[in-house]
Amino acid sequence: MIKKQKKYVLPENLQNKIDENLKKYPSDHRQSAILYALRLTQNDNGGWIREQHMRAVADYLKIDYIAVYEVATFYSMLKLKPVGKSLVSVCDNISCKLKGADNLLSFIEEYLQIKTGETTSDGLITLERAECLGACVNAPSMIVNDEYQENLTKDKVQQILDNLSNGDNH
Amino acid sequence: MANEVCFRTLSLEDPTSLSTYESIGGYSTWKSIIKGELTAINIVEELKKSCLRGRGGAGFPTGLKWSFLNKDIPGQKYVVCNSDEGEPGTCKDRDIMRYNPHQVIEGLAIAGFAMGADTGYNYLRGEYIEPFSVMEHALGEAYSAGLLGKGVMGSSITFNLYNHLGAGSYICGEETALLNSLEGGRGLPRFKPPFPANFGLYGKPTTVNNTESFASVPVILEKGAKWFLELGTDNSGGTKIFSVSGHVMKPGNFEVGLGIPFADLLSMAGGLATDRTLKAVIPGGSSMKILAGEIMMQVNMDYDSLRNAGSSLGSGAVIIMDDTTCMVSVLLRLAEFYHDESCGQCSPCREGTGWLVKILNRIIKGQGKKGDLDTLVNIANNIEGRTICAFGEAVAWPIQSFIDNFHDEFAFFVKEGHSMIIN
Repeated sequence: MIKKQKKYVLPENLQNKIDENLKKYPSDHRQSAILYALRLTQNDNGGWIREQHMRAVADYLKIDYIAVYEVATFYSMLKLKPVGKSLVSVCDNISCKLKGADNLLSFIEEYLQIKTGETTSDGLITLERAECLGACVNAPSMIVNDEYQENLTKDKVQQILDNLSNGDNH
Repeated sequence: MANEVCFRTLSLEDPTSLSTYESIGGYSTWKSIIKGELTAINIVEELKKSCLRGRGGAGFPTGLKWSFLNKDIPGQKYVVCNSDEGEPGTCKDRDIMRYNPHQVIEGLAIAGFAMGADTGYNYLRGEYIEPFSVMEHALGEAYSAGLLGKGVMGSSITFNLYNHLGAGSYICGEETALLNSLEGGRGLPRFKPPFPANFGLYGKPTTVNNTESFASVPVILEKGAKWFLELGTDNSGGTKIFSVSGHVMKPGNFEVGLGIPFADLLSMAGGLATDRTLKAVIPGGSSMKILAGEIMMQVNMDYDSLRNAGSSLGSGAVIIMDDTTCMVSVLLRLAEFYHDESCGQCSPCREGTGWLVKILNRIIKGQGKKGDLDTLVNIANNIEGRTICAFGEAVAWPIQSFIDNFHDEFAFFVKEGHSMIIN
């Protein structure tokens, strides 16, 4: 017999934060808090969103589940598949590419023994390719766990990756 | 002179603080408004005279845009700041917010007053968590100082401002997509008309401007339209922040007078590496047409000069490519970007961007076919002008201009199966 999963309800601390965020918008436009609520829920649940989380956000904002699903599937920073403990997003768009981002990305793949889009076997690091991050004058750049890393060199990247592999998230 | 407008706090200690901002004249315009010394008509007229044009990319005259939203029409209205900076090569709004947040706030407050909007939103791209924190801190300072809120300083003026963080989507920089995103939906551009001035955020009259445009307003009103205009050229008043990236020795954001010769801007950015020559430049962000290096060396950086040269000032992102650059691989990367970021509403863009990637990928793998270049241009021509928003043009222009300017290089790759650039 399949054990029915307990319904996920947004924890109180998340509810409080969402309530605070809702003050920004007219009271009849709760849906405006959707990106905030989804990112908060994602961060609270290992960096990715499951169906139960989308349903909980829908319930809390008093909107249809499909409205949340539509949004969750549209924005690149909302993850619907498991990600590693750390997320490394490397920009290889034009300005970074001109500054050697392709070589950097190949180096990271080799160093971590994964392809772009994959997670290391120990579950610590997910590598993804990013679109332009808006740090073009400090290219090449990447985002590691929400933090910008700029003017990258192989040495700098290796050090960051080593720290992540040692369980240091920052 | 440089850094006189949006970056005017950059050289000061603690550039982001309220006291620093006030020490150089910040919030003096806002205070004049509160004292009743400045009317909405004064503000809009002064902006028109200053020739300030939209700094996000479209270059629409800001004063004219503000005149579309009549202060005296009753009902809820909104002003929205577009900080969804995502045009490849562009990274100026990030630095404005990181280093001079109060000027963005004051610009929005003035806009709110001029158009009768008591509420504003600043929509930042999802990755800009650091600029968001700086803006939040500055907002806190402004509220504590009584500069924002209900009945500011005992006047009848109310203005509330909120920062709103996106979640990763280039198309949300299109103003109507941004409004849909702010309402909590997918970032899908809307049909126009109706324009936001009639039907904007939550269906209410709304004006959307770029961060740099808003941040320019307080200085224009402080120092006068004439002062600002004279920093630039006749039809391109004032300053512009150019994000100079790519093959230069000192990439950076440079706020200079419009009309500066490109050659001077290139020098400011440290020039090229020794022994390298300038092959090409995209002068206004990846969506604008690429120009050959020798043409750029003769061009001034203003709206008219760049238009006459066959491109556009766009967002002011100046992407420099030297003679080691393979145009085919750069264009493939841009095509992948537009394919990734197409919102999918319009078939020509949704399908066309995929075809462009497929064909360019084939060429890169040495499997290009005769006729591929014509097909690429044909696809681009059929996307252009056939979409709800300007994303269609943003895809088409790089394809058309890369192949037009560097036809021999593309033809070589198709024929020989490898790049003519040997690094």
